Amino acid sequence: MSLSVVVLAGGLSAERDVSLRSGRRVAEALRAVAPDFEVIESDLDGRLLQQFADQAPDCVIPLLHGAAGEDGALRDVLDCAGITFVGASGEAARLAFDKPVAKTLVASAGIATPASVALPHSMFRELGAAAVLDVIAEHLGFPLIVKPTKGGSALGASIVHNAEEFPAAMVGAFAYCDVALMERAVIGTEVSISVIDTVDGPIALPSVQINAPGGMYDYNARYTAGTTEFFVPARIDTDLSEAASAVAITAHVSLGLRHWSRTDMIIDADGVCWFLETNVAPGMTETSLFPQSLAASGFSLGEVAADLVRLAVSGR
Amino acid sequence: MTGTRLDPWVDSYAARTQGMTASEIRALFAVASRPEVVSLAGGMPFVQALPMEQIAATVSRLLTERGATALQYGSGQGDVVLREQILQVMADVKVNAHPDDIVVTTGSQMALDLVTRVFCDPGDVVLVEAPSYVGALGVFRAYQADVVHVAMDDQGLNPVALAEAIAAVRSSGRTPKMIYTIPSFHNPAGVTQGPERRTEILTIAQREGILLLEDDPYGLLGFDGEPPRAIRADDDQGVIYLGSFSKTIASGLRVGWAVAPHGVREKLVLAAESAVLCPSNFAQMTVSDYLATQPWREQIKVFRELYRDRRDALLGAMDQLMPAGTTWTVPAGGFYSWITLPQGLDSKAMLPRAIAALVAYVPGTGFFVDGQGRQQLRLSYCYPDTDRIREGVRRLAAVIESELDLAHTFGTTHALADSIGQVNPAPDIA
Repeated sequence: MSLSVVVLAGGLSAERDVSLRSGRRVAEALRAVAPDFEVIESDLDGRLLQQFADQAPDCVIPLLHGAAGEDGALRDVLDCAGITFVGASGEAARLAFDKPVAKTLVASAGIATPASVALPHSMFRELGAAAVLDVIAEHLGFPLIVKPTKGGSALGASIVHNAEEFPAAMVGAFAYCDVALMERAVIGTEVSISVIDTVDGPIALPSVQINAPGGMYDYNARYTAGTTEFFVPARIDTDLSEAASAVAITAHVSLGLRHWSRTDMIIDADGVCWFLETNVAPGMTETSLFPQSLAASGFSLGEVAADLVRLAVSGR
Repeated sequence: MTGTRLDPWVDSYAARTQGMTASEIRALFAVASRPEVVSLAGGMPFVQALPMEQIAATVSRLLTERGATALQYGSGQGDVVLREQILQVMADVKVNAHPDDIVVTTGSQMALDLVTRVFCDPGDVVLVEAPSYVGALGVFRAYQADVVHVAMDDQGLNPVALAEAIAAVRSSGRTPKMIYTIPSFHNPAGVTQGPERRTEILTIAQREGILLLEDDPYGLLGFDGEPPRAIRADDDQGVIYLGSFSKTIASGLRVGWAVAPHGVREKLVLAAESAVLCPSNFAQMTVSDYLATQPWREQIKVFRELYRDRRDALLGAMDQLMPAGTTWTVPAGGFYSWITLPQGLDSKAMLPRAIAALVAYVPGTGFFVDGQGRQQLRLSYCYPDTDRIREGVRRLAAVIESELDLAHTFGTTHALADSIGQVNPAPDIA
C-alpha cells in the first residue's frame, strides 16, 4: 500500500536535538523497509498545517520530545485537522506526560510507584522554601529524586542525598518547569520496557537494564555512547522479568496509550517493580532504549514503524 | 555477563577525549537556531551584508579562468599572492612582515591548533585571560595543556595579575609556555587593551621569555578611530600573530593566518602539512580575488557601522530594561558585551528558562576551564537586527527578574553541578 508519511521532529523544546536525531533515524529506517512509502521529514513551525493541507499525508509520526510533542497539544491539533498519526491520543498523552498524574493513574491500576510530592514554585514562595523542604525531607527521606513534572531526557533532574543539596536541586528542576516532582529514591535495578501494539494487542519487548555511571542516568549518560552499560534483556530472573513486562503493559493500557510507549521502573531488592514514568514518544536515537529493545526482539525499527503506520491508517 | 555500552571503542579513546560528552547546554543551543528564538549567543558575522553578486562573479571568474589551479592541491604554507595581500591587511594594525613569515590556515582556529601542537606538551601551562575565547580553551585542553586564567580589568589582561600568575606557575614547578591574549575587542569580555597596557604585557612576556600568542580577529572592527596597533608590531620574534578573514570577509570561507618568527613558521608549515596537507586553494583564491577586485576596506566600514548600530541597540535596551544589579562592558568594537548578573544568579542554571522564553546567550562558565563565570554571560549583537536585539533584551530582562524571584525563594540559583553539564558550544556559537 503506497502511503505518504510525515515524520515530525524538532520543535522548540529543550529536547529538540534529541528529537531531530530520533526523527532522522525513524525516517531512514522507514525508507529502507518500505520503498512504497513517501517519507517526508518536517519540523514543527508555522508552515506545518499548510503543508498538511497541501500534502494531505496519510499518516504523521510525531517524534517531538518534551512539551508540545508529548503533552497532547499537537496531537489534539492533528485530531482536529483530521490527520491520522502514530502514538497516543492527545488526551492520553496529556495524562502520561504529567508525571504525578501518570503515577496516580498507574497506582490505581495496582502498580507500585515511589512516594512523591509535586509542588509549584509559588508554594515555596508563599510558605517559605526552607520550611517546605524540611517537611518534604521528613516525609520522603533521603535520598530523593527531584525532577520537572513534565519533560524528559532527565533534563533538570537531580538526586538529592542531604538537605544541603535540596534547594539547588529544586532550582535545577524549576529551570525546566514551574512544577517540580520530589520522589523517594528507590535503590535497585533500573529497567526500561518498551511496549508496541500489534493486531493482537500490546506486547512488551525485551527489557533493558541501565547501569549508569554513579547511578544517575542523566543527559550525558543517555546520549554519550560508551558512558552507560546496558543489558538486554535485563539481568533479572524470569518471574521478575514477566512482572516487569506486566507493569509496562498495565501502564500502557491504564494510561490509554496507543501504538508505542516506554515505561521506566526500578526493581528493588524485594522484587517490587516501582513505576517511575511512561514516555509516549520514546527516544529513537543511536543510544536510546526503545531501539535496543527492538533489536533484541528481532524486530527492525523500520518494520515496526511501518506496521504502526498501517495500524494507525486502518483506524486502530 | 557483560552488557553493551553501544560504542565498542570506548576503552580505546585517548585520555584527551575525556570531557567530550553530550551536554544539556549543547542541546539547548540546538533550539537557539530556531527563528522564534532571539539568539544573542552566536558569534556569527552578518555575512548577508556582503556584496553577494560581486562575490558570485568572483567565484565564477575564478573557476572559469583558473579552475584547474583553484581545485588542485596547493602549498602547505598557503598561496603566495594571498600572503602578500595579507601584508596589506595587517598594515592597518601596523604589523610589518615578509610574505614568508605568514602561514595561511583554515581559519585562525587552525593556526591556534598548530601553534599549540608545536609548543605544548601535556602539562605545559598556557596563561589565558579570565574569561577567554571558548575555541582556544578547547584547543588547549585537547593538547592536555594546563590552562591558567589571569584576571582582567576594563583595559583587558591585568599585567600585575599576569606577573603574579607566571611566578606562581614557576614556583609550582610547571613551565609557562604561552600567554594567549585577544587584545582588541575581546571575545567574550568586550574590552580592549590600550597602548600602554599592550606594552606592559609585552614587556612581561619578553622579560620572562614566554611566547605571546596574539589573537586578533576583530582588530579592524573598531567603531571609532584607527584600528588598535597590534602587539606584534613591536616585537617580531616574541609574538605570534593570528589573523582571520572570518569577520572582515566571510567565516564560511575558513581562511585565517599566522605570522611567526622564521623558526616557528617552519614548524607550523610542517605541522599544517601533516594535519591538512594544505589549506583550500579554492577558498584562498576566492579571498585573494576579492581583495584584488573589491573595495574591501569600504566593506569593512559597512560592517563596522552595522555592528555599531547593533551594539548601540543592545546597550540602549540594557540601560532601559535590565534589573538593578546587572552590569555589562561597553565594547568599542567587535561582537560582544560581557554581562554580570545580580549577586547570587547563575547564568548556566538560568539558560533553560531563557530558552523557554525564546532568548539565548552563552553562559559565562563556557569561557573558563575552572568553573568561574557562573554569574556572567556573553551577549553577541553581531547577527540579529536592532529590533530583534531589543526584543531579546526585553525577554532576557524578564528571565533575570524571574530568576531573582527563584533566588529569593531558595536562597540560591545554583543548580546541582551535575544536573546542567558542561558548556561546550558548537562553532556557530563560539
